[in-house]
Amino acid sequence: MKQEKEALLALYKMMLKIRLFEDRIVDLYARGEVPGLAHLYIGEEAVAAGVCAELRADDYITSTHRGHGHVIAKGAELKPMMAELYGKKNGYCKGKGGSMHIADMEIGILGANGIAGGGLPIAVGAGWSARWRQTDQVAVCFFGDDASNNGTFHESLNLASLHQLPVIFVCENNLYGISTCQVQHQPISDIAIRSTSYNMPGVVVDGNDVLDVHQAAVKAIKRARAGEGPTLIECKTYRWRGHHEGDPNQGDRYRSKEEIRAWKEKDPIERFAATLVSQRTTTRKQLAAFEKALVSEIDAAVEFARQSAFPAIDELFEDVFTH
Amino acid sequence: MREMTYAQAINEALRESMQQDERVVLLGEDIGCYGGVFQVTAGLQAEFGPERVVDTPISEAGFVGASVGAALTGMRPVTEIMFIDFTTCCMDMIVNQMAKMHYMFGGRGKVPMVLRTNIGAGRGTAAQHSQSFYAIFMHIPGLIVAAPATPYDAKGLMIEAIQNDNPVIFVEHKKLYNEKGTVPPEVYRIPFGQADIKLEGGDVTIVATHAMVQRALNAAREAAEENIAVEVIDPRTLVPLDKTCILESVKKTGRLIVADEGHRTCGAAAEIAAVVAEEAIYYLKAPIKRVASPDTPVPFSPPLEQAFIPDEKKLLAAIRTLMDYA
Repeated sequence: MKQEKEALLALYKMMLKIRLFEDRIVDLYARGEVPGLAHLYIGEEAVAAGVCAELRADDYITSTHRGHGHVIAKGAELKPMMAELYGKKNGYCKGKGGSMHIADMEIGILGANGIAGGGLPIAVGAGWSARWRQTDQVAVCFFGDDASNNGTFHESLNLASLHQLPVIFVCENNLYGISTCQVQHQPISDIAIRSTSYNMPGVVVDGNDVLDVHQAAVKAIKRARAGEGPTLIECKTYRWRGHHEGDPNQGDRYRSKEEIRAWKEKDPIERFAATLVSQRTTTRKQLAAFEKALVSEIDAAVEFARQSAFPAIDELFEDVFTH
Repeated sequence: MREMTYAQAINEALRESMQQDERVVLLGEDIGCYGGVFQVTAGLQAEFGPERVVDTPISEAGFVGASVGAALTGMRPVTEIMFIDFTTCCMDMIVNQMAKMHYMFGGRGKVPMVLRTNIGAGRGTAAQHSQSFYAIFMHIPGLIVAAPATPYDAKGLMIEAIQNDNPVIFVEHKKLYNEKGTVPPEVYRIPFGQADIKLEGGDVTIVATHAMVQRALNAAREAAEENIAVEVIDPRTLVPLDKTCILESVKKTGRLIVADEGHRTCGAAAEIAAVVAEEAIYYLKAPIKRVASPDTPVPFSPPLEQAFIPDEKKLLAAIRTLMDYA
């Protein structure tokens, strides 16, 4: 029972960690401290937290342009992550990748990916690799609703099912591909039905309910580890911010304030907090303490990033090839 | 010394690499029981099984991307794209993923994979099965581009490509597959970036790739009858390029022809010509000549296709033109 309580609180803390990290980016971006593009994950935290809670350090993920949540949930450290967003030398990618390309092979993060649909075949290869090397590792591929219209979606699900590879395809259906809403980009509402074409299980879950996501992930990961093949999990969720920081008024060119408000009422973090408190798993006081600790951790990450040096100009030429 | 064809030499390199290293797996269309459309992988599925020699669906982005993922996680895939023309179907996986990961992840992660494919017109297969646009890959930082012209080089470069930790575009030439040459039976590596001087001469340098190497040697034999001594250099890899060898030769001869089957505009020949223009122009006695494919798609009709291919006649004409300059 205590173990279960710890697991529930860990899910909560992970979602909150992602939220607070992203909230801080909103602020830093507005101040002009963080260069480039930042695609924020606010509102979708239950997906990354729910899925990654069930992964081992040696399991793999491929992530997307909206990847901060995935990599934090997979175990990325906030200091080198924040430094990377600043373009600093001691960032995860020595400042060469930025927000869209956080990677750490040591903990199975095969890279966030700036190409929609780009990560799908790579996850298939990681799963295939586990098969060839005779391990029981699995690969999770996160991708968005509109990436399911890309040819790589078809090619990857086909290959993974054909060879019964240990891959879990996690579609984050946040209803928009940039500014194009789902009804304008595909003739279906449940992307999970596409699994039928590949003879693999497909499930729809409430992507704003971390326990629902987690339960589906447990089943799919167990199946994959047992050599029974891939699963497609569609998580219905919503991004609160615009496509990227800088998308005017959080996307009011293409969606209504009412729509955003309605989804905010389904906030995955507040919903879970209410459940935990009502079930007496925790108290509001304890949750506030979690928040305080996480804010300090993020403060330290920001300070680390600010204090870090930019790469030397000569480093432009490093790591094109490995020697 | 033992002779074998260019296709057999690559096959032997793959076989020996697979025997030595369990991480080496092959993926591609019809490479298994069929042996590949040019028989380069013949017999390998029978020896190593369908798990290690995988017949893939017609799904280039899928299996090239999967090769990238496998390479990142400890495997050494050697993946075949049946014709270079089909690399367009997986360009994102090559250009944005395979080539860039090591750099954009700040050195975290390596992609030790080989993408085998082939170029060359002359088989009556028209515009979508005959192209030689491999210079596209020279333009993408992060990719090694290998271009073997002989069975000996094909085997040694393939073994190097498999053992090297960088992604390699291994460009074969379909008209060379049945050409024979001596090939040692043992495992040997030819380092990248080392050109081979196929013929020494003091009057004209021809830097030639793939099938143009033999054509340059043929043209050189005819030129010798006119007392013109041609030097033929095969770069063997275009990235990295052995600039030193090329520049030394040009400094000696003062005349340069670059012979390559890519299109004239922005081809390998254009790049090599630019390198010499930048670094050795004052040694030149004559303008640089490119003998390359014209800027047209590859035509089907045999006389048109023959006119398309840069051959000995075009090389000889270029040699004579350059010798008109004192």
